[in-house]
Amino acid sequence: MPERATSPRPPTSQESLDFAIGEHHAPLLGKHLLGLEGLSREQIQGVLDVARRMKDVSERPVKKVPTLRGKTVVCLFHEASTRTRSSFEIAAKRLSADTINVGGSGSSTTKGETLLDTALNLEAMRPDAIVVRHSESGACNFLARQVECPVINAGDGAHEHPSQGLLDLFTMQERLGSLEGLKVAIVGDLLHSRVVRSNLYGLRALGAEVHLCGPGTLISPWFESYGARLHRRIEPAIEGADVIMMLRIQRERQGTSTIPSLREYERFFGLSPARVGLAKPDVIIMHPGPMNRGVEISPEVADGPYSVILDQVTNGVAVRMALLYLLVARGSDAPRG
Amino acid sequence: MTTKTAPRRRLPRGYRIARNLLGPAELDAALGAMASEIRSRNPEPDQVALIGIRRGGVHLANRLAKLLAVAGREPPVGIVDITLYRDDLDRVGPNPIVGSTEIPFEIEGITVVLVDDVLYTGRTVRAALDALLDYGRPRGVQLAVLVDRGHRELPIQPDYAGLREATRPTDQVEVLLAEEGGDDTAVLLEREVAATPGGAHA
Amino acid sequence: MRLVVEGGLVIDPSSRLEEARDVVIEDGKVVALATPGEVRVADQRLDARGRWVLPGLVDMHVHLREPGEEHKETVASGTHAAAAGGVTTVACMANTIPVNDNAAVTDYILRKAKSEGLVNVLPIGAVTRGLKGEELADLGELAEAGCIAYSDDGQPVMNSRLARNALEYARSFERLVISHCEDRNLTRGGAMNEGDLSVKLGLGGMPSVAEDVMVARDIALGAYTGARIHIAHLSTAGAVEMVRRAKRSGVQVTAEATPHHFTLTEEAVGDYDTHAKMNPPLRSRRDREALLAGLADGTIDAIATDHAPHDATCKHIEFGLAAFGVVGLETVLPLTLDLVRKGVLSRTRAVELLGLGASRALGIAKGTLAVGADADLAIVDPDLEWVFQVDRMRSKSRNSPFTGYKLRGRAVTTVVSGRVVHDTARTQAREG
Repeated sequence: MPERATSPRPPTSQESLDFAIGEHHAPLLGKHLLGLEGLSREQIQGVLDVARRMKDVSERPVKKVPTLRGKTVVCLFHEASTRTRSSFEIAAKRLSADTINVGGSGSSTTKGETLLDTALNLEAMRPDAIVVRHSESGACNFLARQVECPVINAGDGAHEHPSQGLLDLFTMQERLGSLEGLKVAIVGDLLHSRVVRSNLYGLRALGAEVHLCGPGTLISPWFESYGARLHRRIEPAIEGADVIMMLRIQRERQGTSTIPSLREYERFFGLSPARVGLAKPDVIIMHPGPMNRGVEISPEVADGPYSVILDQVTNGVAVRMALLYLLVARGSDAPRG
Repeated sequence: MTTKTAPRRRLPRGYRIARNLLGPAELDAALGAMASEIRSRNPEPDQVALIGIRRGGVHLANRLAKLLAVAGREPPVGIVDITLYRDDLDRVGPNPIVGSTEIPFEIEGITVVLVDDVLYTGRTVRAALDALLDYGRPRGVQLAVLVDRGHRELPIQPDYAGLREATRPTDQVEVLLAEEGGDDTAVLLEREVAATPGGAHA
Repeated sequence: MRLVVEGGLVIDPSSRLEEARDVVIEDGKVVALATPGEVRVADQRLDARGRWVLPGLVDMHVHLREPGEEHKETVASGTHAAAAGGVTTVACMANTIPVNDNAAVTDYILRKAKSEGLVNVLPIGAVTRGLKGEELADLGELAEAGCIAYSDDGQPVMNSRLARNALEYARSFERLVISHCEDRNLTRGGAMNEGDLSVKLGLGGMPSVAEDVMVARDIALGAYTGARIHIAHLSTAGAVEMVRRAKRSGVQVTAEATPHHFTLTEEAVGDYDTHAKMNPPLRSRRDREALLAGLADGTIDAIATDHAPHDATCKHIEFGLAAFGVVGLETVLPLTLDLVRKGVLSRTRAVELLGLGASRALGIAKGTLAVGADADLAIVDPDLEWVFQVDRMRSKSRNSPFTGYKLRGRAVTTVVSGRVVHDTARTQAREG
């Protein structure tokens, strides 16, 4: 709104003065959330702290607060994702925002309209944030340069999935407390995983020791430049681990010479109950979903006592509420006084 | 030479202390008077709970609870954080910190006394009421404030006020409690007349 | 009709001349390189004092997009851009729509060049029909129609038997085969150089080894058949080294490099900038350094732009979906002069790379100002500083990674066959 851009109006009430003076601080996050790369420990912990409060809201009988009343959040999903989309949608609704979903069959996205056109058209309807899922890496970075409202990356190609990374961190902290020095093993198709990239940035920022493992065709030495230890076999990666995160293996990888077969993958890289025994006794098992039971994770492990997979889903709503609050419920970022 | 554990609340820039509204003894007396009024209006002590509005009402709620103790039993005390219920999030710049709401008891059917330090426009109380009602349906809600400084923007009045003081809209009232490193006083701040350019006004 | 280009520093690599001369032009040919002030009679004079006079640039790797994609570039707009950049001869690639794999398309391009072209246009015919890599195009017919060389550029000839046959067969017509070296199995799904940055950005990688294995194959085929082969747009350190060794051992191989590859690295992709997306991709710093060494020591014969115009629909989209390619005709000269200023190349070597090298590879008599040569030349202000702005471009497309760059050196006047086709003084007067 252009009139707001001129100069911040002076506070008129005791409340405003109080907050402007007593609690003034720089915004925790930038205008958009495109990834966790480059976020500081304080920023990430800040989001997780807000998420903790949001989880309180989700645990009340009335799971709704009026914070984003009158705001509109658009979920633009160019790639199917029931889980992430519904999580963002519930998060927005719990904050009283109106949500609309765009994407999938029947929308313009299947009629040859470009991502940019779709986004510009949506923006013309004055949403307060656009949540974007797209199959192309960098799609959100591209959109963020074109639109005025905040863009929240809900997963772009093999680049980043920041809300997933944050909910994973939240779940780990909830179970284990500080992540400083903890051994976190992430196993699977590292090369094509946006989850592993976001987790790597977040885990390193919070001081965890990250061990990554995958078949030689699905890993890259680049991960080591971000402070991860790389393994070509699962056993050393998960030995003594506090956390094991299994990544989904895309069935399409099978036979394209990246992995010979799912059967072989399960045998050498799958998480079986026996392999869980290599980790710490109180290890927690995570998976960003959707799982291939019997491929990267055996059913006994997925549904077993170490699994926090459903906690991840619950926490996803809280983390996304925090992100929407931090990016949408704020006025001009111009400092006062 | 006093060593404070908690940091003293910062005085807002561009303001100066106009006068003391309450000294330590007066503040004590005001709270005592409020407590006895609460007691007389609510004869069943086990049907009353105190909920302080974060941040200014939290310590006052605790003090009132001690004053209301019957045979060493204090009424339950909770905290309500109003951040997610504020109506001015668009105006206050970067996101305010979200505090926790802690109401470790059922409010269904009891009388809740909301406690805050200063009552001004009434918007904070409105937000606190909305937040409170999302936790249940109390039999009644009463409002206790240490200082009522007038200038209401909503039809909200205190049931108990330690002090009613006429102020100008440009003034500020600060309650500086010992729990936060203050010296248990309430002060009236007014704008410095010759504010340095870019100093006082936002 | 006598045109005299007066008083400029003539840099002619064919005669190693680097002296002030008056270039005397009659009937479109250079007739004398006279001592300044010697020539009394002239119909037209061009003042080149304080400037360099170079043989017109020869760009052996250009996509003019006509026929078929006239919204991106035409023979008219592409040659206009060439003239503005000091380029007097362009060889245009066969991947038009339809593909230049038969005489009819070659004729069409040549007719357009004659009627609308500002500079010399030399069509390159396809190696295989439809660029499909399945069967040889009618290479003899293409040569007869006027194709100067053969290339499936944009597509590698993956089938080694077909690649060999093309080399053998093309010899009958004394035409060069230009190879786009890329193992498509290794680059499938790729959008940028494979390395730390591609992994970080989550973009599919095009490994340098995909170029290396094909350069190795083509050099081996060249050595085995004894045919001449030209490697288009070298971009990797490995490929440079292989070409260097092959030349030493007598293989008839030539090679080109582009200004974007010798100026930029993969870092230019930055925040998914599609103007840094091309094939071969921008490589690592090490690769770039190898290109500079190759340019200096003669391993690389020519600088070619791989001028590849694309419109916004192809470029203003998600990185992975964007088209490969950047324009280059209007920036090649200052980017090359930059290497002279940095001491990588001598002036004469730079000028050789900009014209004579490509001319030798193609077997044409360009890139020289020797007496008797075609009067194609560029008058260059080597120190002129200017900011490259897309809205001032002559090309129809604006996909340049150098937008906003402060460049130094510019062709102020371009002459083709004795005729002025570009003159900044006039253009500026027109633009006000």
